[in-house]
Amino acid sequence: MSTHLEPVGADAPPGREWRPPSYWPFVIPALVVVLAVIVFPWVFTIWMSLNEWKVGSPTTFVGLANYLRLPQDPRFVEAVGHTLVYTALSVLLPLVFGTFAAVVFNANFAGRGLIRGIFIMPMMATPVAIALVWTMMFHPQLGVLNYLLSLVGIPPQLWVFHPGTVIPSLVLVETWQWTPLVMLIVLGGIAAIPTEPYESAQIDGANHWQMFRYITLPLVMPFLFIAAMIRMIDAVKSFDIIFAITQGGPGSASETINLYLYSVAFSYYDLGYGSAIAVMLFLLVVALAALLLYLRQRATWTEIGAGA
Amino acid sequence: MKQKLVSRRSILAGSAAAGAMGLIGLPAWAADMDWKKFAGTKLEVILAKGPRGDNLQKYAKEFTDLTGIQVEAEQVPEQQQRQKVVIELASGKPSFDVVHMSYHVQKRQFEKAGWLTDLSPFMKDPALTAPDLVESDFSAAGLQYSKNDKGQMLSLPWSVDYFILYYNKEMFQKKGIEIPKTLEEMMTAAEKLTDPKEGTFGFVGRGLRNANMTLWTNFFLNYGGEFLDAKGNILTDGPEAIEATKLYQRLLTKVAPPGVAGFNWMESMAAFTQGRAAMWIDGVGWAPPLEDPAASRMVGKVGYTIVPAGPKGQFSATYGDGLGVPQAGKNKEAAYLLCQWLVAKAQTGRLLQAGGGVPFRNSVLNDPATRGGVKMPQEWLQSVIDSGKISKLGLPVIIPVAEFRDLVGAALTATLSGADPATELKKAHEQFRPILERSEKT
Repeated sequence: MSTHLEPVGADAPPGREWRPPSYWPFVIPALVVVLAVIVFPWVFTIWMSLNEWKVGSPTTFVGLANYLRLPQDPRFVEAVGHTLVYTALSVLLPLVFGTFAAVVFNANFAGRGLIRGIFIMPMMATPVAIALVWTMMFHPQLGVLNYLLSLVGIPPQLWVFHPGTVIPSLVLVETWQWTPLVMLIVLGGIAAIPTEPYESAQIDGANHWQMFRYITLPLVMPFLFIAAMIRMIDAVKSFDIIFAITQGGPGSASETINLYLYSVAFSYYDLGYGSAIAVMLFLLVVALAALLLYLRQRATWTEIGAGA
Repeated sequence: MKQKLVSRRSILAGSAAAGAMGLIGLPAWAADMDWKKFAGTKLEVILAKGPRGDNLQKYAKEFTDLTGIQVEAEQVPEQQQRQKVVIELASGKPSFDVVHMSYHVQKRQFEKAGWLTDLSPFMKDPALTAPDLVESDFSAAGLQYSKNDKGQMLSLPWSVDYFILYYNKEMFQKKGIEIPKTLEEMMTAAEKLTDPKEGTFGFVGRGLRNANMTLWTNFFLNYGGEFLDAKGNILTDGPEAIEATKLYQRLLTKVAPPGVAGFNWMESMAAFTQGRAAMWIDGVGWAPPLEDPAASRMVGKVGYTIVPAGPKGQFSATYGDGLGVPQAGKNKEAAYLLCQWLVAKAQTGRLLQAGGGVPFRNSVLNDPATRGGVKMPQEWLQSVIDSGKISKLGLPVIIPVAEFRDLVGAALTATLSGADPATELKKAHEQFRPILERSEKT
């Protein structure tokens, strides 16, 4: 750029002097906002996690003591396990059902628009409101779910009221609400696939399953990764549905990192330890996201589809 | 002088209204003290949502007429109110002049942080305090809650909550079963009253982690349990605790509705009011909805009595709330006047009569006129009075009450899905001990 400017002559140097700072006024507002609402809270959280910081008592610097407490805290260790199981299930199930739904909704049939509209309705509702409705449905005596089971001769279940079934039951709600999102993403992906591969496959005598397995699935893979990433980040930090339905119970059977973090910080007022847990949660989200990105990299041959 | 006349007139008007509700007698105040001294002040009050909060909001105008002090009262649901209050007090600039606190959760925390004004000097000042407000009028539990270890009154005890046994009279009559006097009898009676095919069960109570502690501690106390030893060590893994947990486990798994592990008082009350559970142990404060013809099918069918005796005693697990004035508050004297007015006979009398709370003050509880105006069944009032005689604090007075309730509560909930009481309690104890040590060491 400078080589082009030089021949212009004497006017150039003052222009060059003034140009570099000229963008700063435009950057500063965004920079201030980012520093104030993202960077500062983060640095401050890390700072708090290095202190014994309890509401109502003086704070003292304790170094990594809060982090050293974590592996010895059975509730935290359990919470990590619950989070991983909960996340795995509530990424996988919406992906499977969402992909299936997308394939179905991609086909042409009467009333498709209407049914699609109905299908994405759960996504539009407020999670807490949904959670309260599901709580009623899960009720072992008065809930509609046990009534439906009784119609087909299955004995009543305890759903969210038993440690063994609570996480699957919560995942059911999560799946019900977020399958439509996956469906929308994947549907977009399918719509972008050219029709030629299908035509040639049909000529070669491929059946529906083969077409799905060897054409649709590889070509929508990049979209599935995006959907998985969004779902994963959402599921790891899921709070509203769990809190509203079980508050981490029964006992601590559905206590995820986020719920434990909430208890530590806002019921026990132990902000230092709570911050340490928050940092760990952040690291977990980053690690899982990195894992997904890595998997996506390894599957680069599907990039042909992403280009479409 | 003129001002005083106005104040007397308004007191007369107020007591006339109170008289209509069954209150007799002019309050003895107004003699020496000048209620109008802080006229024009504006007070902010933060309340936990419930009948006490309603009581203040409903009658705040009478206080304003009496004192010329404006009251802005805000009710926030209990859990959120506790968090909000703690965060604001910790900031050093609370937005409120009067704080409604839960003793069983917050007493030690507030004391240790030094957030509350010592009200003892105010109580000794005849210009600020009506003659009938004396320490000795509060029940032992009230003083235990409001005083710190130096003997300073840091708050005024407002309303006490005793645990009592609610029972369904019809279900007992139908089976011809006596009202249980001991916990073992209660278990036997509950077994006879349970019929899963009919969907009826003998007992219901809190199974939800944290909330369940209030029920369990009543069993624990009746089995001879004490929360802390002389050195301040927590004692919830001893033989008393194990026995109490076994009873808790038997009751909530064998004779209670399925899913009880997720029940708080609300779900328990629902099971009880729908006639699905014959007995329910919880706080006295839930009677008004049971006796409200518009909301309940149980009117007149509910029996009330004290919690049955255990092998080592008979206690009523006691909880309570009070009114404090923040140390950082700006209108401390005016705020104290409001606290005093709220715990005085007229207001706590109304609270008792509506079933919305039980005064800590003996002079109110023992007042025949106040008792006569109680709208709840006499059995209920009797259970309140009897519980007062066997009252014992239902939770240890420590800072990390919430952790204690969560950890031991989770152990209890775990026993409901078959875990062994002794193992679970041991585990909870191991987790809780270092937390307690950390919180009390400084």
